[in-house]
Amino acid sequence: MQRKMALRQLLSGNEAIARGAFEAGVTVGTGYPGTPSTEILENLAKYKPDVYCEWSPNEKVAFEVAAGASIAGARSIVTMKHVGLNVAADPLMTLSYLGVEGGFVACVADDPGMHSSQNEQDTRNYARFAKVPLFEPSDSQEAKDFVKLALQISEEFNTPAILRTTTRVSHSRSLVHLEERAVSQKKVGLVKNPPRFVPIPVWGRPMRHRVEDRLMKLQKLSESISINRIEWREKKLGIITSSISYQYSREVWPEASVLKLGFSYPFPDALIREFAAGVDEILVVEELDDFIEQHVLALGIKCRGREFVPGIMELDPDRLKAARLKMEGRPVTAAKSVAFADQLPPRPPVLCPGCPHRGVFYALTKHDVVVTGDIGCYSLGAFKPLDRMDTILCMGAGVSMAHGLEKAGEQKKVVGVLGDSTFFHSGITGLIDIAYNKGSSTIIVLDNRTTAMTGHQDHPGTGRTLMGEATRTISIEDVGRACGIGRVSVIDPYNLENTGQVISEEMAAKEPSLIVSRAPCPLRERRRVGPVRTIQTDECKGCELCLGLGCPAIEGGSEKPKINELLCGGCGLCEQVCPAGAIRNPAGVKQA
Amino acid sequence: MIKNDTQSVVLVGVGGQGILLASEILAQAAMQAGFEVKTNEVHGMAQRGGSVMAQIRYGKDVHSPLVAKGSAQILGALEHVEALRYADYIAPQGLAAVSAESITPVTVSSGAASYPANVEEMLKKVFPRLVYIDAAKKATELGDVRAANIILLGVISRGLDLPLDAWHKAIKQCVREKFLDLNMKAFELGRNFS
Repeated sequence: MQRKMALRQLLSGNEAIARGAFEAGVTVGTGYPGTPSTEILENLAKYKPDVYCEWSPNEKVAFEVAAGASIAGARSIVTMKHVGLNVAADPLMTLSYLGVEGGFVACVADDPGMHSSQNEQDTRNYARFAKVPLFEPSDSQEAKDFVKLALQISEEFNTPAILRTTTRVSHSRSLVHLEERAVSQKKVGLVKNPPRFVPIPVWGRPMRHRVEDRLMKLQKLSESISINRIEWREKKLGIITSSISYQYSREVWPEASVLKLGFSYPFPDALIREFAAGVDEILVVEELDDFIEQHVLALGIKCRGREFVPGIMELDPDRLKAARLKMEGRPVTAAKSVAFADQLPPRPPVLCPGCPHRGVFYALTKHDVVVTGDIGCYSLGAFKPLDRMDTILCMGAGVSMAHGLEKAGEQKKVVGVLGDSTFFHSGITGLIDIAYNKGSSTIIVLDNRTTAMTGHQDHPGTGRTLMGEATRTISIEDVGRACGIGRVSVIDPYNLENTGQVISEEMAAKEPSLIVSRAPCPLRERRRVGPVRTIQTDECKGCELCLGLGCPAIEGGSEKPKINELLCGGCGLCEQVCPAGAIRNPAGVKQA
Repeated sequence: MIKNDTQSVVLVGVGGQGILLASEILAQAAMQAGFEVKTNEVHGMAQRGGSVMAQIRYGKDVHSPLVAKGSAQILGALEHVEALRYADYIAPQGLAAVSAESITPVTVSSGAASYPANVEEMLKKVFPRLVYIDAAKKATELGDVRAANIILLGVISRGLDLPLDAWHKAIKQCVREKFLDLNMKAFELGRNFS
């Protein structure tokens, strides 16, 4: 990557974080894919061989690998989405005690508004929980600058740090000045020092004190650091804000003074007091939890916030305009509704045409079963007409919750469904539990050979690494057998008859079973599964069974269904469900 | 000439239609012309055949990457219903460029909703300044239906005060060599459409 770069480039927040990590001399980057964080590591990997990057099986492993690198003296980052930090919370809480050697930053992306997530948790709470510094960029330039600063402060204070972005910071693009890479002069190699790195009680207790001492020092720094700054304008209203909310506030209250927090935990108390003394009234503008507001109130400073600024779902200029009107006691004009809104059909995300998951879900529609689902594209199997997913909790729960339902005495047969990447992430331990504790659930791994939903990342089952190298392919079947599952089968989900038959047989078995439904994601393969199908209208009886597949390429709504040839993925499922034999491929090519 | 005010453009369509590429080209063109630029788009689950929106803002000084409702100078849409769905983003005198394409959502196929029969009339009612173009058909004539997004971009370019040279540079930067000629033609076609 030595090609000459333009001085300023239009980068997403995630690309800018990758660039910043590169410039700061990071040599190890790890993570697990998760929207909106995924592109950080994908872009950092482009700087190979200067930076070693890996997709780890899950966030906990990724966190620990980066922690190991840091303890050895290397600068490292780990990337994940907000819920990923729950998985990695265990190492986070104690790495705070151990401290780090090389700079260590966990880059965590929140998803206010739940664009692509199952909850709306606010990562800022983890910084306070783990007593580590928190950095919150508000655009791409800051994303690059702050990750560098976070690495430097992490190293200087021997503390892990969190860089928290949100969907709008991670996925917005803005102009960024590029700089050269500076390689760390630190020598790599663990300096043996058990009291420093082994938190057994006798050594852990002093660590506990060091954490508090460090936090006090960090607090002093946050009061003087330039990325926590007061922008004095009119003194009537002062806004305290961070992250993307800063950008919205500048547009909605252009005249107001602003205390902008870039290094937002520990809180810069002296700066907050100075700001409060200089303005008549304070409004805190923050997304999700009232993290700043509660602290300002705890300092004994009067402020307003949640009263006007919503804490549920993401903010935007429109919602803040409404907040301003409300605060000023002016009538909040209802947003002009979209004309004909009631006549516009919704367009939710759906399983793609040609998606191999469709075959399994369609087969499951033939059974009155409970399906515990998981996190991935297949969560779209919950929508009508397939409607074949009853629960989703978190990664891995598709397996473990199936077992729990069964042990509770659920009358219906329980089937757990999860993806291949998810299986490696946290499905394995649940599977061991089922085998060990004598369950009889049927677990189906929808193996499309990639981490699809986040944009096709490799995982332990794909045979490729993030560095682009061929590697050992971990077999899901072998892992299943090693977990103690006796009945393991592999099916081709494009063959509906066999898929239905195997699922029926395995559900009838008195012991647990693992079905691996294997077919690569056609989106990743960038090709059709087979020839495009068409419906012979004169032979079509109009039974609409094909519409039960929920395929976006099959257009209903008029007299007889039609297949959109541009969209058709060529999977041939519709041909198999048509009782009249009216769906064929025009070329007459037989399905292999 | 362009005012110092921030220009806001909203591009909408269905996942897979090339909204994100069009957004990137527009942003690069604005950057080439010397402006500050911010864009936003949604990734992940929303992309799977769902409705997709990209927003581009440029000017001397841009804060929010999100466009406030009623403030977009231009709304570009590659699909009828999506144009109507996001109509509230357009400014009162804003220009709507809409491609004459209907893509049936699964909600319609499954009978849960219906696709409006009179979309063209609805568009004319909702958008006083409407450029309506069969971009998919014209792209197919050029050789590839997938260039519809660039034809639409050509239409949009007439409503934005960015120099032609900036557009050309941006297209060169964003599309693969193999498709450059096709995309240049598509852009010209849209720009000269009347």
